[in-house]
Amino acid sequence: METVFYISAAIAVLSTLMVVTRRNAVHALLYLIVSLLAVAVILFVLGGPMVAVLEVIVYAGAIMVLFVFVIIVLNIGHEAVRQERQWLRPGNWIGPALLTGVLAAELVYILAGRAAGVASGEQVSPAALGASLFGPYVLGVEMASLLLLAALVGAYHLGRRTTTRQEQGSDGIDKR
Amino acid sequence: MSPTAVYLVTIFGLLIAVFTLSAGLIWYERRLLALFQDRYGPNRVGPFGLLQSVADIVKIFFKEDWVPPFADKPVFVIAPAVIIVATLMSFGVVAFAPGVMVSDLNVGLLFFLAMSSMGAYGVALAGWSSNNKYSLLGGLRAAAQVISYEVFMGLSLMGVVMMAGSFNLVRIVQAQERMWFFLPQLVGMAVFMVAGFAETFRIPFDLPEAENELVAGFHTEYSGMKFAFFFLGEYIGISLVSAMLVILFFGGWLGPVLPPLAWFFIKTFIFISFFILVRGSLPRPRFDQLMAYGWKVMLPLSLANLVVTAGILLWRRS
Repeated sequence: METVFYISAAIAVLSTLMVVTRRNAVHALLYLIVSLLAVAVILFVLGGPMVAVLEVIVYAGAIMVLFVFVIIVLNIGHEAVRQERQWLRPGNWIGPALLTGVLAAELVYILAGRAAGVASGEQVSPAALGASLFGPYVLGVEMASLLLLAALVGAYHLGRRTTTRQEQGSDGIDKR
Repeated sequence: MSPTAVYLVTIFGLLIAVFTLSAGLIWYERRLLALFQDRYGPNRVGPFGLLQSVADIVKIFFKEDWVPPFADKPVFVIAPAVIIVATLMSFGVVAFAPGVMVSDLNVGLLFFLAMSSMGAYGVALAGWSSNNKYSLLGGLRAAAQVISYEVFMGLSLMGVVMMAGSFNLVRIVQAQERMWFFLPQLVGMAVFMVAGFAETFRIPFDLPEAENELVAGFHTEYSGMKFAFFFLGEYIGISLVSAMLVILFFGGWLGPVLPPLAWFFIKTFIFISFFILVRGSLPRPRFDQLMAYGWKVMLPLSLANLVVTAGILLWRRS
């Protein structure tokens, strides 16, 4: 199981690097999907099949499809690729690369100080997950649902047609 | 035989069975549609035209494998494979009979939902990478349709999960020994069936490839084996949704006298035929009607089903 963990972790890291360096937005998104799937495999190996599958359903399956949808709607072509090429000059890399390097060093420091215990987790059943979500963590669930409600109301507000315009055309079509 | 050998035999047997059945379904659908429409259908190649699919496959193999120069080549090539892989992965958790399955995953049902949502990429990316107006519109429609219908596809199944108390497909079938779930979960079954039609892009939900407005939609630029992959993917999808309907609502392999595997295939074939009957009888809606139907009718229905089922279960327990 540990080999599976390391392979999928390597895939996740590699594909995430590819996400950042791709010039074509759709190619970058495809690598992001691969990265998410690799993370799902890691979660599965760590004993959380439910979380792994939810990761695929929610992130890889729903949110990323929305991203692909939006990018298709925007119809990004060669123009955007050229712009991206300008942005991805080596000079612009130095700052982010330094900051990430510090983070990576910290991570190595933490990992070196502890006994490695990967792939030793026990399986968490869906029922146990549900019980703990609606038991000790119910406040978090409720707060997340409030946040989602606010987002929903906001989306509704942005998406609705103004009443004055609707009155102009009797069939609901704007006739300006 | 050792467990590994049994495992390998199950996997390859399943692969061969699914591919042959799906290719055979193309002939079956054409014959059945012809029957509904009072004509003959393909009846020249072999007895009853049975070898029609073989002839088609041979023809398609010898076609030129052409990628349009304006297309995004890597994505264009990957897209058909994504559809086939995603649908075949779902077959890994389908419980055909006691012991006859590839993986007895304890979140099998969720795995099926995850894989069916991955299938959307194949269609959306095929539409995008073709770099063609009609394909793009088809891909857009596919993405929007899958996002909307996936929501209540998952919700409609939660009633079944609550009654069986598990996401495991074997447990779900075993829980139906007294009564098949389609009786108490009639609403859930109806919603799931509609969502299944939408997820496989079958008439009346085949707007991504609506031939009278979008040429052939997302696969306009595809030909040869790649086109055949989309076609095959659609039929594998039909078999998959029919198999899931049988497992979740019609008792899976359960039935008297005949062996379990036979019952499973008989039931699945009834639903595949139903899919074809619907294709022969329903017209295609407009896209806004499709969206309105999904969000205004199916979503509230599946939510109501969820609440009522949970309420009754709680009331019975107390």
